[in-house]
Amino acid sequence: MSEQDIEEMAHVAISYFDGTQRTAALVDREVPYPDGKLIVSRTDPQGIITHANQAFIDMSGYSEAELIGAKHCILRHPDMPAAAFQDLWDTIGQGNKWHGYVKNLRKDGAYYWVKATVIPNIRNSRLVGYTSVRRKPSRRKIEESEALYQTLLAAECKA
Amino acid sequence: MTYNLTVSPDFAPDHISGWYFFNTWLQRSLDMAIHLELYDSFEAQREAMRAGTFDLIYANPYDASMLVRELGFQAVARPASQADETVIAVNAASAYQTVEDLKPGCRIATTDDPDVHTIGMIMLESADLDSGNTAIKQHSSYVVGAKSLLNDDADVGFFLKAAYDQLSALIRSRMRVLVRSEIGVVHHSLLVGPRMAACIPAIQTALLTMQDNEKGRRVLDSMGVSSWEPMNSEQTEFMIDLIDTLID
Ligand SMILES: Cc1cc2nc3c(=O)[nH]c(=O)nc-3n(C[C@H](O)[C@H](O)[C@H](O)COP(=O)(O)O)c2cc1C
Repeated sequence: MSEQDIEEMAHVAISYFDGTQRTAALVDREVPYPDGKLIVSRTDPQGIITHANQAFIDMSGYSEAELIGAKHCILRHPDMPAAAFQDLWDTIGQGNKWHGYVKNLRKDGAYYWVKATVIPNIRNSRLVGYTSVRRKPSRRKIEESEALYQTLLAAECKA
Repeated sequence: MTYNLTVSPDFAPDHISGWYFFNTWLQRSLDMAIHLELYDSFEAQREAMRAGTFDLIYANPYDASMLVRELGFQAVARPASQADETVIAVNAASAYQTVEDLKPGCRIATTDDPDVHTIGMIMLESADLDSGNTAIKQHSSYVVGAKSLLNDDADVGFFLKAAYDQLSALIRSRMRVLVRSEIGVVHHSLLVGPRMAACIPAIQTALLTMQDNEKGRRVLDSMGVSSWEPMNSEQTEFMIDLIDTLID
């Protein structure tokens, strides 16, 4: 971590849906999405990570051992509104494919944007988990999402 | 009873005879009659698959998805360390240095290879390009696609990496790779259909020990494959789930 990053670091409390909280160190630095790669992870039906590919490990800054068994909200960035994840869980809960733009928090406090797709994994008609595959988003989509999420977040804070 | 084998049309042309050797080798190993039918067109081959023509298919990942989920096929093996990756190339003299330099109206030279086309279009999304704001031209082969780049009839071309690497040195010297996929977990596989399901253990044993004898090794060599690796149903389902996230 550079000296500049440490100076710009802010500590923010993140509240999760299940009522737990953690303090995250934030750095206002975007890590560019690696060209040509897909970031892949799988979870069990409760959102606990069961698989992460190398691109996921590299971009999140966590080791594989730290990721497997962790809840997927380990990557949650405080700039993301709860409504986005509500929509994700509602959509996949109905057995459908979800697409969305997500700002993710790295272990070092920096962030990266992805275009994510999440699908339910069905085996012998039973839900066994979910797979998420992320790809590189366009700058225009990131800017649109930033504006939308700020509005949603402001509304959530008031409520 | 004679069974039918077919091979996804995206293999390199120098391996055609390899697939005939493979068919002969497989018939001897299993003591069964198998007929090999090759296609130039993915579309025509897919129609024949849907009509139930084949029992053994060396399939690209996109077709594997349909074969497993809709037609009851099972993947039994994959070629060792051969992932399917896509290359987007430009004319070496073009000004494009990154995908984000490409603009709406971009002319794309593609083929009817479904995986390569899908991944190619995904890699253009970061420039806000899609089928609605680009001019896509489908060519009959990667060589024809490469020529259209060299003639400046296209801004970018989509290639299966293995096919790109096999273009002549002269053609490649006049092209430049703009971006290449590094997905790693999407690959071809050999699938067995319901009529032949009882033979799966015999087929798997034959394939997985193929490199252990001189004859088998020579056949593998001629197909450009080092050896086969087993595939179980969860590995297959994982790959299909992944592909599912990539198609809308
Ligand atoms: C397969 C899958 C992948 C997910 N990927 C992410 C992710 O990359 N980043 C993220 O913040 N949340 C992701 N989530 C959503 C989290 O599970 C969680 O809902 C979210 O981070 C919000 O946290 P909360 O629900 O505890 O408030 C994913 C969920 C699933 C099922």
